[in-house]
Amino acid sequence: MPESIIHTEHLCRSFGTIKAVDGLSMDVPAGIVFGFLGPNGAGKTTTVHLLLGLLEPTEGKARVISFDTRSQADEIRNRSGALLEFSGLYERMSAEDNLDLYGRIYRMTGPERKARIKELLTHLNLWDRRKEKVGNWSRGMKQKIAIARALLHRPPLVFLDEPTAGLDPVAAAALHADLTSLVANEGVTVFLNTHNLAEAEKLCAKVGIIRNGKLLTIGSPDELRLRNGGHKVEIIGKGFNENTLTLLQARPEVKQAEFQNGRLIIELHGENKIGPLVTLIVQSGAEIEDIARGGESLEDLFLTLMQEEINE
Amino acid sequence: MNDLRTMIWKEWKDFLWSGGRSDLLRPLLNIAVLGIILPLSFSQGWINLDPAPVLIVLFTPFMFVILIISDAIAGERERHTLETLLASRISDRAILLSKVLVTVGYNWMMTLFCLLLGDVVVNLSQRLGQFEFYEPISLFAVVLVLCFLTTLLAASGGVLISLKSVTVRQASQTMLLGLIILGLAITAVVKLLPPGLTASLTTAQMVLIIMLVLVVLDTILLAASLASFQRSRLILG
Repeated sequence: MPESIIHTEHLCRSFGTIKAVDGLSMDVPAGIVFGFLGPNGAGKTTTVHLLLGLLEPTEGKARVISFDTRSQADEIRNRSGALLEFSGLYERMSAEDNLDLYGRIYRMTGPERKARIKELLTHLNLWDRRKEKVGNWSRGMKQKIAIARALLHRPPLVFLDEPTAGLDPVAAAALHADLTSLVANEGVTVFLNTHNLAEAEKLCAKVGIIRNGKLLTIGSPDELRLRNGGHKVEIIGKGFNENTLTLLQARPEVKQAEFQNGRLIIELHGENKIGPLVTLIVQSGAEIEDIARGGESLEDLFLTLMQEEINE
Repeated sequence: MNDLRTMIWKEWKDFLWSGGRSDLLRPLLNIAVLGIILPLSFSQGWINLDPAPVLIVLFTPFMFVILIISDAIAGERERHTLETLLASRISDRAILLSKVLVTVGYNWMMTLFCLLLGDVVVNLSQRLGQFEFYEPISLFAVVLVLCFLTTLLAASGGVLISLKSVTVRQASQTMLLGLIILGLAITAVVKLLPPGLTASLTTAQMVLIIMLVLVVLDTILLAASLASFQRSRLILG
């Protein structure tokens, strides 16, 4: 089992009567992008503040990079990078000076800072604009610089709080690409707070879903899809009839079968083979043109969990 | 010490000199008022350090500090730069002291420069045959020390208010209120003092007492600011 870079045990944080984080217990393995999903106000930002030792937990404990968040918060902040809710850039300063400041804060030497800033800005295609004041830049460019700042001192762990919030789809896609390549290059663990499910599905090896401060589920996107009711198969073709449905529903591996917009949707229990079902469909007189096998999307799972929580 | 140097560098780059022409406005205004216009209007009285110019020399940097220090922490919070800074390894002390030191240092150096320039301006305008410096020189030194202590008072009080304010506007308003209360308190204390006491003191003793009071106030306010600087409180705004 890979070593956990973040370990929390019954972590709680209340503000008056409101429990912002409620009994959070989880492990985040090193070297992955971990997605922390939840709607606005779910407790994602408070969790990051707790993990960085910026807030004291009211109950429970957490260890980040093997340091206790209560007593060794300085060590955690020294060894991690953060892009929080806002880019946090000094708008009157140039991009280079913004990065240089944090290089100085993390006690990098002059030549180290220079080389690292050049490496990151070149990677992000911003080297030629390094002398410009960031106040005049677009939000997407500011976020890029803020991510570079978080990675500047080569921390083993980086916290990113909604890095693509407020970006247009093109800027968000560009940021995803940059983030993916930077993470691959640096071998860093990323704790990614997001409510963008497509972003989580694309970038994360493991996700945790939180609502009202409670962790609802945790696992890899594939595991979660399986855990939440197996795989779906979408079959495109002609001649589907009631007999097809009756035959399919009689099979033990089929959880549910139905027509949707002229397509046949089969939901399976777990990862069963589709071959015998295809034979059955053809025997029922139908003609198959295409089979798309895919699980329930993370979005479906997320919405299901949110709904279950509301119903409870 | 490294952290403090880093934060002073940052304050210099972000607050005082980011390289634009607009950054020249504040120092030029300061130099024009304190280094040229006022020395010209007071002429010989300026280099003789008459009570009126001395009060102005003490009051002007104090006001400049009041105007800019409200931005210290409240401004960082308003521009959303504080949270990132708090999430880094930089110490609380470095963040706070850099703001006080840069503000006091900048204003004190500017006052010194203006005083030296004022001396040259008066000498040139009066066409004095021989170059005259401030007289008495001991009073000149006292003015500089008092100027340092009053700007430190404004900066440390200002930073404390800025720490507890959500916006720069709120900090400025509280600072103005604080200034009025300070003025009233000084007047009340002076009136409450037995007349015999002030009469029995020499000027040197009076100056020394004032300096001592300022040092005590500066220390209290700085200590209060450091005690109030709590990451958890600041992160919650």
